[in-house]
Amino acid sequence: MFNRDRWREIFETISKNKLRTFLSGFTVALGIFIFIILFGLGNGLKNTFQEFFLDDAGNAIFLYPGKTSKPYKGYKANRRIEFKNEDLKDIEENFSFFLEYLSPRIDRSASTSYKNESNSYSTRAISPGHQYVEKTILMKGRYINQSDINEKKKTAVIGRLVAKDLFKTESPIGKYINIGSTAFKVVGVFQDDGGDREERNIYIPFTTRQLIEKGNDKLNQIVMTYRKELGHAGAMAFETALKKYFKEKKSIDPTDPNGIYIANPADDLKQSQQFAIVLQYIVSFVGLGTLIAGIIGISNIMVFVVKERTKELGIRKALGATPKSVIQMILQESVFITTISGYVGLFFGVIVLENIGLKLEDYFIKNPYIDLGTSIAATITLIVFGGIAGYIPAKRASSIKPIVALRDE
Amino acid sequence: MKKGLSLRPNNKVSMIQIKNLHKSYKMGASSLHVLKGINFNIEEGELVAIMGSSGSGKSTLLNILGMLDIADEGDYILDNVPIKNLNETKAAKYRNKFLGFVFQSFNLINYKSALENVSLPLYYQGVKRKERQESALDYLDRVGLKDWATHLPSELSGGQKQRVAIARAMASKPKVLLADEPTGALDTTTSYEVMDLIQKINEEGKTILVVTHEPDIAQMCKRIVKLKDGVIIEDKKVKQVLASSYV
Repeated sequence: MFNRDRWREIFETISKNKLRTFLSGFTVALGIFIFIILFGLGNGLKNTFQEFFLDDAGNAIFLYPGKTSKPYKGYKANRRIEFKNEDLKDIEENFSFFLEYLSPRIDRSASTSYKNESNSYSTRAISPGHQYVEKTILMKGRYINQSDINEKKKTAVIGRLVAKDLFKTESPIGKYINIGSTAFKVVGVFQDDGGDREERNIYIPFTTRQLIEKGNDKLNQIVMTYRKELGHAGAMAFETALKKYFKEKKSIDPTDPNGIYIANPADDLKQSQQFAIVLQYIVSFVGLGTLIAGIIGISNIMVFVVKERTKELGIRKALGATPKSVIQMILQESVFITTISGYVGLFFGVIVLENIGLKLEDYFIKNPYIDLGTSIAATITLIVFGGIAGYIPAKRASSIKPIVALRDE
Repeated sequence: MKKGLSLRPNNKVSMIQIKNLHKSYKMGASSLHVLKGINFNIEEGELVAIMGSSGSGKSTLLNILGMLDIADEGDYILDNVPIKNLNETKAAKYRNKFLGFVFQSFNLINYKSALENVSLPLYYQGVKRKERQESALDYLDRVGLKDWATHLPSELSGGQKQRVAIARAMASKPKVLLADEPTGALDTTTSYEVMDLIQKINEEGKTILVVTHEPDIAQMCKRIVKLKDGVIIEDKKVKQVLASSYV
């Protein structure tokens, strides 16, 4: 392998048979290049998909009240269930094992104005934990904090598009806006991957909302996240326990399908992850197909190369080349060429992927990439199969009697 | 086997001993008996022509002598080494050590220069690159082609190609030079030039076998063995015609 003379002999052969070298090298380089591009584009598709479906935190659970459909414990059917502040405390106390972040939601829609600009936006009254449930990204200022809640401050965090509509180029931080008939101080601006609708929201402390609405303690929804390490099974257990607890607390028939709803994206998440896995399979399948095509390509070239060299190999054998040295020569040459050109294909493939970036976002392909492990594994696969593909005809050529090989014109 | 040596009437060293050599080729169901019991000895320094029409078995005989093919039956002793139970690796080593080949169609490697072609057998002998090139250049000089060392075979004439091939055959310092119709692809003048070279190499003591069907070429050897239908019909020493007298 490290015989300098043999390498010299191989370099000589390679450099004096440029077309042959180019053909086999090109096949491998192209194979790897296409593999990397396709695999990368597939990953780009996956990126887009994940963004579509995984807007909220993957571990969020939403609790909605509804109307009962069965009479129970002396209550009639069709009773409206309501959440109250104490329900938040109960969840915190009873489910601390599962719970990560917790926030109520009180949704209202109100005309909002700043100076001469006004528009109708939905106002969502929340507590600080909401930022993590909704995966809100702060652009400027701060989010609603605990002192806002405790002191029932009139502070607001507005969406990017609200800021754009009302403030144009002005900085909204510290300015006052009127929501309904109440003035709120803007303390932050946020953006959200969930899209335009999310960015037209205004967040205010839920206690402030309750104060405005005559000091009640009603909540619309309760949203929370569970601890991720619990996994899918933990999330399902949390959901079941939560449902059981609230049905008992709110006196709802345990068999009543209505009354309380829980949206647990754990199930959705599992589905979308399954979809992502299917997508991954498709990507891998396409990649594998390309790789097989590449292997067939390099095999054909190798058969052709050995066939073309039959006479030369016969001469070498007549001059004293052993079968082993013939095989070694062909293999070493082919592995050398495939390694170099595999690397070239790899290099250019990665460069092209890097340059695509966001250019194909309109075609649902975002930030295509390929991890180093996969690309190197693919290159090595091609080299190994190129070697095997070279070995079989080389073995045959080496065992042909020189006299037969010499007759081959 | 060594006993045979001492039984010989003169003191010449026996280079090739062939006893009762048989070879047949399977042709579908039937088989073609090509060599039907060949016996002869060649001593060191002989220049032997093997003659015969096509199908007489002369090429088969040469291939067996060259270990390019294997006999079905019989003994072959080359320089006191019995050649038998050959696998490809062993055959390759023997070829490299004992034999030099000259072919009708030259069989030079077309992408290698004259010098590289000549140094190839030395590469397979494991000679170092520098020595290899010096030695190869020396042999090219002996066949008068030193100035053509860097040329590719395609840039050489037929006669020059054959001289490169002879230099290549000589480079490994073989015991025996086997030439299969060395002049078959050459015109008369070039043929005589090549034969002149072969005679000179023979004069230096090398044992040479030449397969030919041309009587004038055969006359330039020292001994003619005639084959017909797989047996030797004539084996005689001849008065050598010097090729240089024609050139």
